[in-house]
Amino acid sequence: MAINWGFNIARPRAVDMDANDLSITRRIMAQMPEFQACIACGSCTATCTAGNLTSFNFRRVHTLVRRGEYEGAYEEMGKCMLCGKCRLSCPRGINTRGLVMLIKRELEDK
Amino acid sequence: MSKKVIIVGGGAAGMKCASTLRTQGVEVLLVERDRTLGGKLNGWHKLFPTLTPAGEVLDALKREVAASGAEVMTGTEVERIAANGVTVNGGRELKADAVVVCSGFDLFDARIKEEYGYGIYDNVYTTVDIERMLNEGRVALADGSAPRRIAFLHCVGSRDEKVGQRHCSRVCCITGVKQAMEMKELFPQAEVYNFYMDIRMFGPGYEEMYREAQQKYNVNFIRGRISEASPTFDGRLQIKAEDTLVGRPLKMSVDMLVLIVGMRPGCSNGRFACTEGVNLAPNGFVSPLNPFAGNVRSGAASIFYAGTVTAPKNIGESMNEGVAAAMSVVEYLNAR
Amino acid sequence: MKRSSWKEYQKEIADDRYYYARSCIRQNFFPGSEAAFLDIMRNDLGKDVLDDPLHTSCTGIGYHSDIVPLETIMTVVARQFALMTAAGYENFTSSCITSFGIYTEILETWHEFPETEARTRENLFKATGREFRIPRNIAHTSDVIFHNREQIAARMVHPLMNVETGAPLKGVEHIGCHYAKIFPKSGIGGSEFPYVLAGMIEAWGGEVVDYPERRHCCGFGFRNYLVQANRGYSVANSQKKFASMAPYRPDFIVCNCPGCAMFLDKWQYTIAEMEGVTYGPNGRGIPVITYEEMAGLVLGYDPWQLGMQMHQVDVEPLLDKMGVKYDPDAKYLGNNGKLIGKPEQAVVNCCSQERTYEVRQ
Repeated sequence: MAINWGFNIARPRAVDMDANDLSITRRIMAQMPEFQACIACGSCTATCTAGNLTSFNFRRVHTLVRRGEYEGAYEEMGKCMLCGKCRLSCPRGINTRGLVMLIKRELEDK
Repeated sequence: MSKKVIIVGGGAAGMKCASTLRTQGVEVLLVERDRTLGGKLNGWHKLFPTLTPAGEVLDALKREVAASGAEVMTGTEVERIAANGVTVNGGRELKADAVVVCSGFDLFDARIKEEYGYGIYDNVYTTVDIERMLNEGRVALADGSAPRRIAFLHCVGSRDEKVGQRHCSRVCCITGVKQAMEMKELFPQAEVYNFYMDIRMFGPGYEEMYREAQQKYNVNFIRGRISEASPTFDGRLQIKAEDTLVGRPLKMSVDMLVLIVGMRPGCSNGRFACTEGVNLAPNGFVSPLNPFAGNVRSGAASIFYAGTVTAPKNIGESMNEGVAAAMSVVEYLNAR
Repeated sequence: MKRSSWKEYQKEIADDRYYYARSCIRQNFFPGSEAAFLDIMRNDLGKDVLDDPLHTSCTGIGYHSDIVPLETIMTVVARQFALMTAAGYENFTSSCITSFGIYTEILETWHEFPETEARTRENLFKATGREFRIPRNIAHTSDVIFHNREQIAARMVHPLMNVETGAPLKGVEHIGCHYAKIFPKSGIGGSEFPYVLAGMIEAWGGEVVDYPERRHCCGFGFRNYLVQANRGYSVANSQKKFASMAPYRPDFIVCNCPGCAMFLDKWQYTIAEMEGVTYGPNGRGIPVITYEEMAGLVLGYDPWQLGMQMHQVDVEPLLDKMGVKYDPDAKYLGNNGKLIGKPEQAVVNCCSQERTYEVRQ
């Protein structure tokens, strides 16, 4: 006899750094070590062509990727128009456009 | 007849002040509470941002003081200060023409932030413990093993009204960055995470050091204050924070949690403030006469300040204030 | 672990002559606990406790569900104090953690904002003609048991030890958010290293499990849990705690708060039925008990007299480990020998529900 509970048990929202597999993150970092110097200033997101018209937040998504939260990141990166303005604004000189392509490449089979 | 100045506190500021006053021909009595000169410098290993051994700076200061001919009185606590001298423990009064207060700061007691379990769980340390362990030449977990994951927590006892510490202690950010790099040097395989609210790199070479920690040492910086630490089944520590830049809670287990402790106003500030002209700022540090032109002056013409008695400062700044206070004293004595 | 910090959080707990305020929900879920408190205090310890039928719910559930206004609950609380005053008592002890939180919070409010106390006095007088004195001492009933833990230990029949091996039983303690998270100073041990239940466990031979989610809320949250659609994140909090404590293989969970005890007991059933997951070392549930039941078992009370048959998770594994004698045939027979009903077989339960109970005359 199935019980109709009227609710489901909520899944934890916390980023669980013990459970997350960071191997893809390490590969991304190894290929683009300059990404380690990101100070999360958000200038990439501020200037983002796509982000001003959609929910795409490059800074947030690449930070999530650093924490091993890969779900949905590939699809999010697909929103990037590859205009490259973010690369001009990055104060740490990170090749942000290259990072978009790198994240897509590393996550495409995920 | 030469003039005499009493310096209260023989740390970086007081020592520099003493030797500078001697170069100007002033008679100096340097009164230190501890048995040796040097203050907190005695406990540090290497100094940011150049990683200069603390002993190098301290030895140079000690040599300067010794060569200067300043009279040094250690193991003596100053109970009261006055316009014409000080009273030391036992009630003995020492007369002088001017007094320079260089009594420094106290370290924040991390046990007050009980949610981090300092003194309760193994492998919760303060930055002061890390300096000590580095000096002893052995950094290891309680069971002797090497940490695989280390978390540093910034602002423990800083910017925290709950524990009566509203101010920013300034030097802790760079201390946390420096020690994160030192841990990576010792344990290259370890993951290091620094949890911060803001990274305040105020000094020359600090921002560069922060970048080096990220770029060269791959230290991870997560913006969010740890809310609690608790022991795990396998003897590690679970920490919780928000990764505020992604807007989600975050948890992880670490082998070592380092609490980057801030500066408290010196415990003697309160009793010194009983003296006419010596006033406390709301945060408990001594308030200088004027934050621009009167940084080393008090409200009393013959009482001066140098170093962290007035606010959190780094060692270079404290030594510079020692010089500045000495020159202000000379100016005052000459004008009398 | 070097745990001594609880000693920095001490509070005064009256030694005798208590006015007792019951909980409004405990008698349904853990029906023997309050009776056990009275029996232990009066019969075992020889204390004077007034169980006053005139007092009411503190209305805390309504208050925390946003349907009882602050002024109203203050007046209700004032009436409880007035009853205490009229009965000639000065020490107030409440059975419920939320009530305890309400009482401490309201006393603090009156202290900080004396005009609210004056208004409450006026409201109470207009409504009932009653007047009250502020209690000299206010304590939760677990504080009172904690205060007497050594006297109970001296009369101990079944220590919290495995009778076979002599090893201490491992207890998870949960103090409830309203005990010390409102005012850490009002709880023994404060809110980070609570010692009120831990002190009992240790005094009676058991061992306290310090697990990562020890301080986490059970998820009760009143208006959150009361709305069915919100229960998904309410239950998830209990689940988080169970998953965190399970590796330690605890023998029991002891609770301070009526809501927590109910949740940690009944949500084990819910999670097991919904997802098939259990957390007990025997592949079933972890027995959940109240501190009065724990004290009662230690003192040799009959588990069915303590009402432990009303728990969702079967307590028999704990009773067996402690060496407590009980009559399996009497589990679901009430005081008068009448069948009180029995639950369906459930994933979380280890005892068979196939037994036929003989109704006694």
